[in-house]
Amino acid sequence: MHTLFGENILSPPPQEEEQASTNPFDLAFNSNPPATSDASGGSSLQQNDWLTQHVQNLSVVDGATSYSHGEQSGPPPRRKGNPRLLFMGLRRCGKSSVQKVVFEKLPPAETLYLEATTKIERASMQSFMTFDSAELPTSLPVQSPDYDHASIFTNIGSVIWIIDSQDEYLTSISELLRLAVFLAENYPRINLEVFIHKTDGLSEEYKYDTFREVRQRVQDELTDYGYGDRPVSYYQTSIFDHSIFEAMSKVIMKLLPALPSMETLLTKLCSTCRIQKAYLFDTLSKIYIATDTSPTFLKDYEVCSDYVDVIVDIKQLYGWRDEGKQGDQNSIEESMVSFDKSGDTYIYTREISNNLSLICLMGQGSGPNMRPVLDYNVEILNGALQKVFKV
Amino acid sequence: MERSKRQKQRKVLLMGRSGAGKSSMRSIVFSNYVARDVRRLGATVDVEHSNIRFMGNLMLNLWDCGGQDSFVESYLTNQRSHVFTHVAVLIFVFDVSSKDTASDMLSFASTIRALHEYSPSSRIFVLIHKMDLVPPEEKTAIFQKKSSDIRKACEDEEFLPDQVGFWATSIWDQSLYRAWTQVIYYLVPNASAIENMLSKLADVLDARELMLYERTTCLVVTHISRGSEVKNPFADRFERLSSILKTHKHSMAKHTGTMASEVSFAEMQVKTGSFMFFITRLTENTNLAIVIANDEAAFNCARINVQLAKKEFAHLDIMEKKAKDPQRAARDSVAAEEDARGSEDGDMSSQGQPSDR
Ligand SMILES: Nc1nc2c(ncn2[C@@H]2O[C@H](COP(=O)(O)OP(=O)(O)OP(=O)(O)O)[C@@H](O)[C@H]2O)c(=O)[nH]1
Ligand SMILES: Nc1nc2c(ncn2[C@@H]2O[C@H](COP(=O)(O)OP(=O)(O)OP(=O)(O)O)[C@@H](O)[C@H]2O)c(=O)[nH]1
Ligand SMILES: [Mg+2]
Ligand SMILES: [Mg+2]
Repeated sequence: MHTLFGENILSPPPQEEEQASTNPFDLAFNSNPPATSDASGGSSLQQNDWLTQHVQNLSVVDGATSYSHGEQSGPPPRRKGNPRLLFMGLRRCGKSSVQKVVFEKLPPAETLYLEATTKIERASMQSFMTFDSAELPTSLPVQSPDYDHASIFTNIGSVIWIIDSQDEYLTSISELLRLAVFLAENYPRINLEVFIHKTDGLSEEYKYDTFREVRQRVQDELTDYGYGDRPVSYYQTSIFDHSIFEAMSKVIMKLLPALPSMETLLTKLCSTCRIQKAYLFDTLSKIYIATDTSPTFLKDYEVCSDYVDVIVDIKQLYGWRDEGKQGDQNSIEESMVSFDKSGDTYIYTREISNNLSLICLMGQGSGPNMRPVLDYNVEILNGALQKVFKV
Repeated sequence: MERSKRQKQRKVLLMGRSGAGKSSMRSIVFSNYVARDVRRLGATVDVEHSNIRFMGNLMLNLWDCGGQDSFVESYLTNQRSHVFTHVAVLIFVFDVSSKDTASDMLSFASTIRALHEYSPSSRIFVLIHKMDLVPPEEKTAIFQKKSSDIRKACEDEEFLPDQVGFWATSIWDQSLYRAWTQVIYYLVPNASAIENMLSKLADVLDARELMLYERTTCLVVTHISRGSEVKNPFADRFERLSSILKTHKHSMAKHTGTMASEVSFAEMQVKTGSFMFFITRLTENTNLAIVIANDEAAFNCARINVQLAKKEFAHLDIMEKKAKDPQRAARDSVAAEEDARGSEDGDMSSQGQPSDR
């Protein structure tokens, strides 16, 4: 009679300890911090001198980070607390839809039944950070001189103007210009963001033309008013795909004082570990609060965001034992999935703190051999980020 | 009915009135459609056949029978023996929102009469479909009422109660996978042998749970739960996993610009403070999902052990192949060719022809 799985099958722990040295996967998947596993931690340190070098570089950045964050010298803090957003735009342009889909997880199809907004409607999402937003009903004459606009605009980080691109949008553009001038005169610190919205169902060409036309007109007229140097950003969005989340990410990132240091850390990590793209994700809202400085592509964000869903779902199905109580504090939450059979390209995720994760798209040449380097550097990044956020 | 190892080809009839949702569910489960795309499907003309391989030894031969009255008429008359012989399973789909329930029942009764005539030992899966259209508070009552009416009709046609099962389904949630998982489980010829081996593997790995699923459909073929995982409150986790993995497949396909049918990952790992989870290939058509305790060493060990166990499962496939029925040889070699082209996730079904209903 033959044995079930062959004689050379490995036995489960605790014997595994000795076999670890001959186990080809030991290095590749040893994700424990050096403290708990001297052998691999030590060896990776000596493995490559350039790595050590790099670590020192990283800690320099790290130091700089805590300095600028801790002291808040130089330019005074632009605004206190969490990102605060204000949605504005013409009637039925989609303000409530965006606010509810992003911050209240309303299924996009259900926005069809939303009623017209008649008073200021607020939404707030408690996640890694707290996001606060509000929708201004079109009926409020906030720009008129006798209106107490300070009660609305004080503490606002960004005003998001939404344009319905499936509708006639010239009126919206002239309203937007009035708003831009009003903000430039009264609240120069508020970012003005323009969502060219409802792009689903439009042809690529039409989308592109609309985008260019809106941007061109607004820019030209602002210049005529003498505010041409005021930065206004434009995004193409739809609640029926990931574009709204990516746009919101970019809007929110600008409001975070720690952004430059996070960007530097991520960019360094990318170049050391052959990462194509790295994001810091707020996993509940699916908004990323930082990414490396390489160009961003919607499809990269999409696949990462979808994968976060997979992880959240699987954690729900099998994490039922520790519902309510905290998981093992020392364990690292991480995950990976390869893109194809070769396993050479993959997505790697690593939890930094509750509701905050590092998500990396690993490029060619980052296969299993790269994992020790990745694990090691991610550990350092983790330490640096912990300091940035003081979590 | 006999679960012979030799008979690998299993004929499955998918029937029900026109518009009931047969082709929709087939496209989602077998051809990687997403739910919102099925509106594009036209009414099925006559019968569309699909073949799909499970575990290397089960070939599902699916007959999607167009449900317009003229076609049904022909199945029941001049095509009667052709359609209803050698049937392993009949899946009959009822549209829960249908206004014409009397005709639905009549059509069902004459269908199972023909089935009883030619395949008396076959199994009937009744799907009460489009349940998403029923208000939540009425779901249970409506499902029970429908099932008991239909069960009555089955008894009238002399089907035994345990030959008939009932499922509430919708393409908009994982209930579709729950029903189809049952169909597959019923059809897999050597389910108990596979289960036996998986259960031994689970012991070696000290796993909490193993799930074996087919890669194209993401349907869970079988699963083993051990220890406290038996108490997992998510009783529907298997069909949920199917649904999660299917969605993931679409996401990867979109990113890489390939067909969802061609997407297949080498490995997935999820490690958390309370459990570790990974998925890896087991055989040509199947993946194995493994849940173990949060223990890095055990995890690494489990990954290697599964690699080693692979050939035992391959061995199982080959044994089955040796017992090949010569008549099936031609068909199997076609399937083998498909595999050789690397399309084991391949979509071997034919698509619905767009046509006016
Ligand atoms: N196609 C498409 N429709 C959208 C999108 N976003 C919102 N809508 C639709 O636009 C309509 C109006 O959305 P609301 O969110 O109520 O718009 P609003 O700006 O809050 O409207 P008021 O409060 O009345 O000013 C709804 O029917 C939404 O379904 C989008 O991205 N694409
Ligand atoms: N609401 C809802 N609609 C569904 C569901 N399943 C299918 N449909 C819709 O039902 C319609 C008919 O679906 P088909 O799959 O083409 O119907 P069929 O049974 O194949 O019809 P024939 O080929 O003529 O026999 C499609 O427009 C689907 O969108 C469901 O679970 N819920
Ligand atoms: Mg509104
Ligand atoms: Mg059809």
